[in-house]
Amino acid sequence: MDALIKPAIEHPVQELDTRTDTRDYLAHARNDAEKKGFADWLIVDIDAHHVESVSWAEITSYIEDPVVRHQAEMYQSERVGAPPYGLNGDLGLRYQDVGGRIPHQSSQREVVEEKDVHRDVVLTRRAMHGLAVDYMVIFPTPMLFLGMHPQTDMEVFLSRAYNRWLTERVLPGDPGMVTLVVLPFNTPDEALKMVEEFADVPNVIGFCVTSTRYKPVHSNEYMKLYRAIEESGKPIAFHAGYHWQDPSLATCNTFLGMHSLGFAWCNIVHMTNWILNGIPERFPKLKSMWVESGLSWIPFLMQRLDDQYLMRQSEAPLLRRMPSEYMSDNCFYSCQPMEQSNMKALECTFEMINAKDQLLFSSDWPHFDFDTPSVIYDLPFLDEQSKRNILGLNAAKLFNLNTNGPK
Amino acid sequence: MQSYRIGTVSEFEEGTKKVFNLGETEVGVFRLGEKFYAWNNICPHQGGPVCQGRLYPRVHENLDENKHSHGRLYDENNINIVCPWHGLEFDVRTGKHPGNEEIALDPLPVQIEGGEIYVIVGE
Repeated sequence: MDALIKPAIEHPVQELDTRTDTRDYLAHARNDAEKKGFADWLIVDIDAHHVESVSWAEITSYIEDPVVRHQAEMYQSERVGAPPYGLNGDLGLRYQDVGGRIPHQSSQREVVEEKDVHRDVVLTRRAMHGLAVDYMVIFPTPMLFLGMHPQTDMEVFLSRAYNRWLTERVLPGDPGMVTLVVLPFNTPDEALKMVEEFADVPNVIGFCVTSTRYKPVHSNEYMKLYRAIEESGKPIAFHAGYHWQDPSLATCNTFLGMHSLGFAWCNIVHMTNWILNGIPERFPKLKSMWVESGLSWIPFLMQRLDDQYLMRQSEAPLLRRMPSEYMSDNCFYSCQPMEQSNMKALECTFEMINAKDQLLFSSDWPHFDFDTPSVIYDLPFLDEQSKRNILGLNAAKLFNLNTNGPK
Repeated sequence: MQSYRIGTVSEFEEGTKKVFNLGETEVGVFRLGEKFYAWNNICPHQGGPVCQGRLYPRVHENLDENKHSHGRLYDENNINIVCPWHGLEFDVRTGKHPGNEEIALDPLPVQIEGGEIYVIVGE
């Protein structure tokens, strides 16, 4: 044996933890991307996240109401042991890391030495490099709960402050970082003002409604908002989330069960109201995008609504086609977290949602159920053009992005 | 086929692991008791660096004779390596996922000779 024996080299990164550099964390994805030649592909990640609460003192300094802004300053300078000022949500119920098993979900405490741009720009660039992404859409994280805030004014204050901070302090740091402006949807007039104010701001490619909320999307008070978004030519996205205090989900004793249902349930409800109330007929050029609910809920809802619609058409008189046709022709979907345990079912889903034209790649990095571009590239039933569409070209068309990547 | 010298048995404490570059292949070497196991550092789920994750005892539901649950318990006799990308767990001894044995790590042969540990790549 001696003649054949070579010495082993210890890997420089023995264990990944909350301090690991994102480039090391995603090294396997990077290697995979190089083997597959992703440098020649346009890849657009339409849903990734940063943890805005890390920069909360910066963000709250953008609150325009002087009294609320001062309250935030005092809270953050003197209050001990409390969550970030004004944020509602799930406090200590954030079990996404499965008890420390998935460290990158908990924290990214890696060293950032670059000082020329915001820390979030550096972390995002590292993720974009690891995932071989040309454009990355940045969403907030704890602010996804704002739709359940007991103070509707606070949703307005915080979303406006965040949007201003993000577009002024963070996004100018890299042309590949883009965003969907967070709308204070519980206050329709303020949401409309947000669209008018941010529609033409650089790196703003659309508008986002956080889906965990109880306001019906078909309410008449939203029609001016939808008209304005339609006229902007940019899409409206419904970004899913969970809400463990929802009475039905409160029966779930595991994060696994609650999260599996919660991230689909909010979008199932909103999509049902969106379609049956004929929003695609009222605003035929308004493009809607349904984010982070996976894909398996879509064929379920298509079949369910079609079945019931035929028996009760008089309750949805605006529709001129089957509900499933609106869902496959008028709506866009992000793929993550893409359910892959039954490849036949997944292939059928792709056909039903017209995936080659309507599906958009999303990673959801750095969350525990993130996907890499290979989840699309490796699918055995897709041709190359469909893969290129889903990984980037569909998004480029929807968001009017440069197909050669950011300049 | 290529043999790599990993180190000596005494360099591995009980219940620990090390990750190596063996040519182009990343391999995790684990010691449980007096036995050594080597697994390819590629998770069968999405290609994550599974051996660079943390070790956890397997979790069991604590049921009594009436099938009432009394919470969960760690089983210190069954140790899993957890992929840090998405949390998939694999039994260090068998390489199998505890909830679906068809999902398993890719093994590499380990030889112990004279207190030296060797892993063979490309067999």
